[in-house]
Amino acid sequence: MNGIHDMGGMTCFGPIVREENEPVFHAHWEKRVLALLFAARIADTIDESRHAKERLNPVVYLASSYYEGWLAALENLALEKGVLTKEELATGIAASTSGGTKTPLPPEAVSAIIQHGAPANRQTGRLTPRFKAGDRVIARNLNPSGHTRLPRYVRGKQGVINRVHGTFVYPDTNAHGGGEQPQPVYSVRFAARELWGPTASARDSLYIDLWEDYLENAE
Amino acid sequence: MSTEHSHHDAGPDPRLEKHLTPEQTQALEARVKALESLLIAKGLVSADTLTKLAETYEQDVGPMNGAKVVARAWVDPAYKQRLLTNATAAIAELGFGGLQGEHMVVVENTPKEHNLVVCTLCSCYPWPVLGLPPVWYKSAPYRSRSVIDPRGVLREFGLELDESVEVRVWDSSAELRYMVLPERPSGTEHMNEENLAKLVTRDAMIGVARAKAPVST
Repeated sequence: MNGIHDMGGMTCFGPIVREENEPVFHAHWEKRVLALLFAARIADTIDESRHAKERLNPVVYLASSYYEGWLAALENLALEKGVLTKEELATGIAASTSGGTKTPLPPEAVSAIIQHGAPANRQTGRLTPRFKAGDRVIARNLNPSGHTRLPRYVRGKQGVINRVHGTFVYPDTNAHGGGEQPQPVYSVRFAARELWGPTASARDSLYIDLWEDYLENAE
Repeated sequence: MSTEHSHHDAGPDPRLEKHLTPEQTQALEARVKALESLLIAKGLVSADTLTKLAETYEQDVGPMNGAKVVARAWVDPAYKQRLLTNATAAIAELGFGGLQGEHMVVVENTPKEHNLVVCTLCSCYPWPVLGLPPVWYKSAPYRSRSVIDPRGVLREFGLELDESVEVRVWDSSAELRYMVLPERPSGTEHMNEENLAKLVTRDAMIGVARAKAPVST
């Protein structure tokens, strides 16, 4: 989706505002939003969850703080997936107590979940990489209506494979109930001038991780 | 590619949580409370689990973890080699890893190369070694401009790089998470690992600053 979240290369947002001795959270509700994001499992996959945030109205997206945006995304997902109704969200009162087949994550499981994480690499799917380090590639000019991790600023640009990372879950399908469909991911190097033109430094470069289906041979 | 002039036109960043009014905070508290109690009522989540999760990131995980990794790499060349070739395994040697750091890559700053980490599409960040990201890392100005004007961004952080230095920007677009291994400051030859770790800041491991200079005694 060509959304407002895809902001690499925009120059309209003003200075970077920093806070000295910034606390991890600025308010109690932020803690709960972060925790709900990981523990409530409203989204089936991390990709579905990211896409829910990307789909926020761009005006809302830009005007929201990080956790405010996640709160809105969680509410939308809960409605879309039939976990909650509009009336329930408006009143805060549960009309029914049947939430579905999932069981809540017990507090004792938190440490293990944080320690093990959720690896996204796979030993299944497309295991043989089509490209190798040093290959010249072009990021394809794809403009899907759904979730993608191919930002606009690299589309159509030529780069070089820096490293083959292995086979990973494909977000473009995994965000939409289309399954993991694992495929190789590459670190791709683009010269700054290829991306931004002659005013960029000739020395500088950008490295980005791209799935195989985002790439085509440049030869 | 400097955009300095337009910077002066922009007001304060509305994404900074601390700029919320008490009324806005109250409204958000109420919304979160409603969502949380509904999900608890439906048996989807438990309040204790939420508390435990948030506490872990508030108290136990943070840039002090990454600082230990960097200090070890500074004093142990074999460890540094392992860190640069298989970061996930090398970081696990010190007991760190897991959620949002399942697949780590460490990139090394040298006098000739400077690395900078960003996530233009959202806010991907190596949680096990750096903790949760600061607001500026997640903000539109940083996410948008780091890739097109990294030298300008670094200047905003007070880091002026010579033209001869190569800048490498790493956009964390997949599930790989990046951490910068900053240069070891000069004058630290006598220092032990524990004291070296105190010189390693979060910003140095994102790549927007250098490690701190040692306090001369």
